[in-house]
Amino acid sequence: MTFKVNIDVYEGPLDLLLFLIKKSDLNIFDVPVSQITGDYLATVELMKELQIDMAGEFLVMAATLMQIKARMLLPAQPAESEEGPDPRAELVNRLVEYQRYKEAARVLEAKLVRQKDVHFKPSSLFSEGDYTMEASLFDLLDAFRDVLKNLRPEMRDIALDEVPIEVKIREILSFLADKPFATFRDILKRAETRRGLIATFLAVLELIRLKQIVARQVKHFGEIRVYRMEALPEEIREEASEATPSAPLPEEPLPVAGTLEETTDGRP
Amino acid sequence: MDAPDRRKVMELLLFLADRPLKTTDLQAVMDQDFPGEEVLKADLAEMGRELDARGSPLQLLEIADGWQLASRPAYSQWVRRLYKHKTTLRLSPSALETLSIVAYKQPITRGEIEEIRGVDVEGVLETLLDRKMVKIIGRKEALGRPLLYGTTLEFMKQFGLKSLDELPRLEELVPPDETNRPLEAPVAVEPLVPEEAVPVAEAPTSPSESAPPA
Repeated sequence: MTFKVNIDVYEGPLDLLLFLIKKSDLNIFDVPVSQITGDYLATVELMKELQIDMAGEFLVMAATLMQIKARMLLPAQPAESEEGPDPRAELVNRLVEYQRYKEAARVLEAKLVRQKDVHFKPSSLFSEGDYTMEASLFDLLDAFRDVLKNLRPEMRDIALDEVPIEVKIREILSFLADKPFATFRDILKRAETRRGLIATFLAVLELIRLKQIVARQVKHFGEIRVYRMEALPEEIREEASEATPSAPLPEEPLPVAGTLEETTDGRP
Repeated sequence: MDAPDRRKVMELLLFLADRPLKTTDLQAVMDQDFPGEEVLKADLAEMGRELDARGSPLQLLEIADGWQLASRPAYSQWVRRLYKHKTTLRLSPSALETLSIVAYKQPITRGEIEEIRGVDVEGVLETLLDRKMVKIIGRKEALGRPLLYGTTLEFMKQFGLKSLDELPRLEELVPPDETNRPLEAPVAVEPLVPEEAVPVAEAPTSPSESAPPA
């Protein structure tokens, strides 16, 4: 049972190697490859025995170690015996670099711990009464058509350029992550091709359906703003998620998304 | 607008802001009353000192090249009582490692992170995206146009960073002559105190400790 604790510590093969080097109090720049390979393989065996789900990278590293060991056993060419490259060099460099990031992670953790009791004002996006009108599917389509019309003509699609809607969803969410809201037009403008534009539009509809975002406008034919649902103050969030099913967006987007999805999927 | 008035306006704006305000934000608001960047920064520093001096539960922090009012740690439990759902951000060691790689090497692709960590980071990256610590900032002009990741404003807030330059230089993190003992000289990390366990009376943060450097 004692080893189980240790095993939880290794995140990957580099962690395991650093752990073994530290455990035997070795110098990272002059690792006895034969010893460390033995330790490494023994641990990997143990992990197998304990049926610990092991990433394939562990086996790749085992192979690398054995390769280095083999190269070090070969007699060095007389010509390079003085200045020849150390077969370990590449691995050592990786370990040293990785170690720095581990250290950086500690620095970050210390900062996080120091900041954990510091609170900021939560976002209060808009007062009630502002932007209470939900944008309808037709408002969205209208804005979409505008952007489509202004698409630069030199933007040609490459026939098999796949634009998965999931990717667009991610992009939209991360685009919104840092700001209180974005205009619908700005979101669409990020797409570079017609296909990308369609996928982006569908992604917006899908996100509205999934209640991840809300589209609102102050008046008909006004600017449409897209808000992240979680960025909204609680009362408005509830009101918005209640309103969505009865809003003019209920079932329509689904069939639309379904049929267009196939054509944007990259299939002919 | 004279100086006392200007300070009042600044105090008000900072009180209402839900994100760090940059000098350019304040300039846009103040318009012809903008006193210039130097004077403004002096005002901000003065405001921070005043908050410290009168033992205010608020402090003025410099975050991501801007300024924002925040609570002092000693009063955390009261904030938590008001916002019961508010949870402390906790990140696993592998998430922190991945985040530090992104912080230092951004913009960076998933493949490049995996090269450094020597292990798959898809799940970890997903967590960091969900927690708003990293975001997609574009695509690399390389084979397959892989997504590029970078850190967020939320990251700067959660870690209390004025700017990324505040992080120690990577080369300085592990002195080469001490790498035979790489893991034995860790940066002092306070043990995680269980939440709610910090009594207010016992943890009065001294102003000099929590105030942003002027």
